[in-house]
Amino acid sequence: MDKLIHDFSFGLFIWQLLVFVALIFLLKKYAWKPILDAVNAREESIEGALKAAEKAREEMKSLQSDNEAILKEAREERERILKEARDMKNKIVVEAKEAASAEADKTVAAAKATIEAEKKAAVFELKQQAAALSIEVAEKVLGQELSDANKQAEMIDKIIDDVKFN
Amino acid sequence: MYSKLSVSLALIGAITFSVPAFAQDYNHHEDSHAVASHDTHDHTDLERGLDVKAQIKETIEHHLADSYEFTITEGVGFPLPVILFDEGLKVFSSSKFHHGESVAEVDGNHYVLHHSKIYKTDASGDLSMDEHHHPTNVMPLDFSITKNVFMILVMAGFMLFLFQRVAKAYQSDQTPKKAGRFLEPIIIYIRDEIAIPNIGEKHYKKYMSYLLTVFFFIWFMNLVGMTPLGINVTGNIAITFSLALITFIITQISGNKHYWQHILWMPGIPVILKPVMAIIEILGLFIKPFSLMMRLYANMLAGHVVIMSIIGLIFVFGSWLIAPAFFGLTLVLSLLEVLVAALQAYIFTMLTALYFGSAVEEHEHH
Repeated sequence: MDKLIHDFSFGLFIWQLLVFVALIFLLKKYAWKPILDAVNAREESIEGALKAAEKAREEMKSLQSDNEAILKEAREERERILKEARDMKNKIVVEAKEAASAEADKTVAAAKATIEAEKKAAVFELKQQAAALSIEVAEKVLGQELSDANKQAEMIDKIIDDVKFN
Repeated sequence: MYSKLSVSLALIGAITFSVPAFAQDYNHHEDSHAVASHDTHDHTDLERGLDVKAQIKETIEHHLADSYEFTITEGVGFPLPVILFDEGLKVFSSSKFHHGESVAEVDGNHYVLHHSKIYKTDASGDLSMDEHHHPTNVMPLDFSITKNVFMILVMAGFMLFLFQRVAKAYQSDQTPKKAGRFLEPIIIYIRDEIAIPNIGEKHYKKYMSYLLTVFFFIWFMNLVGMTPLGINVTGNIAITFSLALITFIITQISGNKHYWQHILWMPGIPVILKPVMAIIEILGLFIKPFSLMMRLYANMLAGHVVIMSIIGLIFVFGSWLIAPAFFGLTLVLSLLEVLVAALQAYIFTMLTALYFGSAVEEHEHH
């Protein structure tokens, strides 16, 4: 320790102090500040670039999902429209069928009614004619035998009724 | 990349250190042997051995001490200016001392070199010694550009040159160029692994300049110490003292309310203990930078002593057969020293950051 104190060089100490402090300030101005600033700026720009890339990727992702959603919607829309069209077609066909069959029924019914009416009229006419014919025939057959008109009429009605059963 | 570079650096360091050191010390040995045999022809082997040991000790001591001239190798070097404040400013070349062999006379004042220190004396150059064999003569205020001061100036110039070039390379674009590629990771390491964890995100910025400067200064100086130029700046107590002093001053200036409260009147302990703790804390205030100073000084000094002693052992054994073994040992130790060079710079910077951190720490939990 004694040697250490004895060997201590005050001049060297002062020189070191002065030179070193000057060196700190000079290096700070000409080296450390520019270097650290540059390094910081670079780190920030790298970080910024990374963040921007991340953001772009996310945007891309959201765009993609948007696209998919739109596509899906469009597909659904198409499905829906197609289904509606199909339904409408079926409905129209069914309605048309129904209308046609109703019309046919109506026509058939009308035809039946007409036929019935015609038949009735024909039967009636036939009866009339048959009656007249019968009377004529009877007149001709019976002639004088049937002098009593009432008895004749009674007989004719009986005959007509018999004819009706046919 | 870093490991490759450091290994090659280490190898260069080790080889440059070892080889010329051999040559230098071998010359020494040859000279001494020649002188010795010239003086007395009946030297025994034992005496010769003692002679060599003494000479090795002297060589090591000379190597570790500061000097008024820059010796590159035996007999090759240049004198440095001596600056004294003694009845006015005295500036003269250290060549006037003739390697400490003669008295320098400047403006009627006489100075003499004794164990690498300048003492004022008379024309005869006599020194009066006290009981510790220390001269009692007046030591003038000495601001000489010694070898260490010279190296500090060279290193300051080199660092300015190097780092402003590194800084300039960032102007064109944001990537490091050339030396910056090697140095930038270290700068970022000091910021991210030393400054921010110890000082905190909020305050670290204003300490970065000091931390970076002190790290690179110590590291480069330690590496320069590995060269065979015999430079021992970081193993000098005046250097480590001034570095520790700067750390101490910055720490105390930075100290916030909580820091001083913790030192002078520690919260959370019984009142009776508070004055005791204050005394311990105040002692700690000075012990911390003191340990910084001693750690760096002792580590670097020890490294130099060990390597030089092992090289010296070759001459103690006096056999070239044993030299390769010691060469290998020196190489390995030099590699270790290259690691220590970086390690000590790291530890100094780390602890400095830690002290700064304790000074600016905010105690939210109190």
